[in-house]
Amino acid sequence: MRVVLTLMISLLAGIAVADSFRVEVEVPRLRVAEYHAPYVAFWVESPDRSTIVPLGLWYDDQEKWLKDIRQWWRRTGRGQQAPYDGLTGATRVPGTHQVDFAELDSLQNLPAGDYELIVEAAREVGGREVLRLPFTWPANRPQQQTVQGSNELGTVSLTIDP
Amino acid sequence: MHSVLKKAGLLALLATALPAHAHKLWLLPSHTSVSKPQWVSVDASISNEIFGFERAYPVDNLEVTGPDGQPATVDNLLKGHIRSVFDVQLDQPGSYRIAIAKPGYFLMYQVDGDRQRARGMDADKLLAELPDNASEVTLMEVHNRLETVVTLGAPNRTALKPTGQGMEFEMLTHPNDLYDGETAQWRILVDGKPAAGVEVELVPGGTRYRDQQNNWTVTSDNKGIVKITWPGPGRYYLEAATSDDKVSNKQASQRRLQYLGTVEVLPM
Repeated sequence: MRVVLTLMISLLAGIAVADSFRVEVEVPRLRVAEYHAPYVAFWVESPDRSTIVPLGLWYDDQEKWLKDIRQWWRRTGRGQQAPYDGLTGATRVPGTHQVDFAELDSLQNLPAGDYELIVEAAREVGGREVLRLPFTWPANRPQQQTVQGSNELGTVSLTIDP
Repeated sequence: MHSVLKKAGLLALLATALPAHAHKLWLLPSHTSVSKPQWVSVDASISNEIFGFERAYPVDNLEVTGPDGQPATVDNLLKGHIRSVFDVQLDQPGSYRIAIAKPGYFLMYQVDGDRQRARGMDADKLLAELPDNASEVTLMEVHNRLETVVTLGAPNRTALKPTGQGMEFEMLTHPNDLYDGETAQWRILVDGKPAAGVEVELVPGGTRYRDQQNNWTVTSDNKGIVKITWPGPGRYYLEAATSDDKVSNKQASQRRLQYLGTVEVLPM
């Protein structure tokens, strides 16, 4: 009986609310004398910020610059240490990059409600930019949001497939 | 053990290395214009942030010239962990030039495919310490002039006279006479001669408190003159660089020249 129950719970936990939570990020090509690829952080916030779910971080192992992703640092980064929560990886070169956060349990287990995905980029000897993409959870039908950055980020879009 | 120590030494030297992704080197005076004889304090640091301390800039070769052209009184030279600091006594009216400008050498080489770097004042000594199996050896002569000017009372120009060595700014507009909205004119000199087509990058202080660098660039005209219109009061970091082959040690392949200045612009 207990085995069956455990099996059922693990099956339930394994049911994803969304098949994909895909973020497409354009890292703009900039004509500057000294270029470093931006550090980029992704997280989810509820409107009153009672829920903060870190999703990912692109950085080059230099913890020194993490404080410069200022919003991420305040909301979640400063309370963490390596390995940072979510899907982490190296910084990305200019171009369009995709990352799918659907595999994260912390995302799948979000209580129903309205949220924002926040994408923040900070570049060494460069600037900083924060973009917000609203979405509703769970996704009963496909959702898509696109916003346009003006400095450190190009087009950023979020696609959720139930 | 020996090689580890040597490596650690090299790493320490790298703190002031220039190439590709150079941090900014700067002097920051506590005051630029005072009306009563007093001490001013100056910080020297290397950083990305303008003007936030990151690494101490060595002040061993500090030169402070007083309004009469003679060395001025310096006290409390201290190398801290993230900045160097010293005091300068302003006891006679006029302008004081605070500069660190001693030329040095930068050595790049490879050992077993690993890129190595070393820096020092003596090229022959640097080359003598090269490992036997070093390859791709490049020696570069480096002239970095860090400079700032402060004034007691009315500005004068005795201390500002160009030395004729390396890259300098001939301050046609006095650096302690800069006001919001006005335009300063300076002539860029290399070895005392006007240098055309040199780019000067300017960054307003306070980068920590904004999301963009707000930097801009001006280029010297065919007489070596740059014109800079100040967009607001505050402190500005400015940086100009060029290179040539006028080396003083024949083993160096190139000479890198940089001028790194700090000025203060006052409200109108």
